[in-house]
Amino acid sequence: MTETRDIPELTRRGVLAGLGGTLLLAAMPVPVRADQPLVEEAIRTLFLDKPRAEGKITLTLPPLAETGNNVPIKVVVDSPMDGPQRPKRAVILAVLNPRAVVGEMIWGPGAAKAEFSTNMRLSGTQDVIVIAELADGTLWQTQTRVTVTVGACDTLSIRY
Amino acid sequence: MPNTRIKVPATAKAGEAVPIRAIIQHPMENGYRVTSQGSPVPVDIVTDFVCTYDGNEVFRVKLEPGISANPYFEFYLTATKSGPVEFWWRDQHGEETTASAHLEVT
Amino acid sequence: MRLFAPLIAIAAAFGAATVLGETTPPAAISGYDFLTPENQALQDDEFANPGMLWVETGARLWGESCASCHAEGSMAGVAARYPQWDERLGRVINLEQRINNERQTRLGLEPLVYESEELLGLTAFISNQSRGMPIDVKIDGPAAGSFARGRDFFYARRGQLNLSCANCHEQHVGDHLRAETISQGQTNGFPIYRALWQEMGSTHRMFAWCNVAVRAEPYELGSQEYVDLELFQRWRSTGLTIETPAIRR
Repeated sequence: MTETRDIPELTRRGVLAGLGGTLLLAAMPVPVRADQPLVEEAIRTLFLDKPRAEGKITLTLPPLAETGNNVPIKVVVDSPMDGPQRPKRAVILAVLNPRAVVGEMIWGPGAAKAEFSTNMRLSGTQDVIVIAELADGTLWQTQTRVTVTVGACDTLSIRY
Repeated sequence: MPNTRIKVPATAKAGEAVPIRAIIQHPMENGYRVTSQGSPVPVDIVTDFVCTYDGNEVFRVKLEPGISANPYFEFYLTATKSGPVEFWWRDQHGEETTASAHLEVT
Repeated sequence: MRLFAPLIAIAAAFGAATVLGETTPPAAISGYDFLTPENQALQDDEFANPGMLWVETGARLWGESCASCHAEGSMAGVAARYPQWDERLGRVINLEQRINNERQTRLGLEPLVYESEELLGLTAFISNQSRGMPIDVKIDGPAAGSFARGRDFFYARRGQLNLSCANCHEQHVGDHLRAETISQGQTNGFPIYRALWQEMGSTHRMFAWCNVAVRAEPYELGSQEYVDLELFQRWRSTGLTIETPAIRR
């Protein structure tokens, strides 16, 4: 008797079930989450499993960074500074960096605006995520892709 | 003590949002670089930065190796009364660096 | 056989251009124009420019030693003239060597090591005093020999990759090495804050880096070969202004 592989049968029922499944997935809202498991872990350590909504943050990053060594980043959280919605802190994460968390910035009582600028390092083209926590505990998130080019000079690891 | 530069405007009106800038000279060795001989360069970073004014914390940062060398920050404080704006950095070895500038509030 | 005549003509024209180019260098484009807008903004920002940290170190050292003879602001225009012929030493020297020479002869201090915080700081501070001033080096008279050697260095192939400075920085300006656009390799911004090094570097460090990049044995920082090359390079920058402390990739 000739041996036959176990081939799943392509029945009409199967095709309809498959199609239905795909449509169901498409209809579901895509959860707001980071791509890499390490980033997920970092976020969980900082914010537990609290839900994060998109919005409120204006993230200014250059679309193209020549070396990843000095990428200027500006974060503005659009939330009133008085009252329970005052931004408390913001965390910058780089999805593909060896360490996901780049920095944690905390606005104290003396801060006038929920805004800051700094320079960060990016190990390559990737998404930068900023998560802001307001005084009432709610979390807001935004994400931008930065293209980091590889210059010839960066590929040389030489003593000078 | 590593070199620092701070920029605090000389005067401000009460209630005004005052832009503050601070930079410290530090290589922020991320621990992923290798010498030409192949041995890794150990991590050496500034870990904390705090700016205080009028008894309140204005801005605090927990730095990671992902912050660029010579860390630079720009932020805003609310001008209340005349006094010093204090800056404090601490690196992973516990070494502290301070700077301060006077803000005259009218 | 017929091909030889036009080929010889082209070669002669090329050779003539190289010799004729001695009087006026080709139009100079600063490294600033090859930067991304963010890096250009960073260079223009007097506070956030990390190179200013070294300028401040230099200002502090200046106040401690040099200010005993030199008045405030007296260094304006000085850096734009270096490298230049030094009568006492009998050779062309660059700014770093002038600083060390002055410290030794006038103040009896030890010479500062190349790429040390102090020497970078002082060079950056003095060059910063000439910021915005056009480069103005002398290549005639006693400096002619040094200039000729520097020019030969620039056009000589070297290293395992067998490339000369001119191969990239003259013949392929605007082309790409991976994602990087090749610049003219001008030196009007030195000492520079280089993003790759994440710290300040001198002209000679850059030369040594470039030499090692084509897998050639680098010369010593402060060697006469590099000073000669520096003189030729500064002459190539004629038309550009001093940009110290510049931001470069």
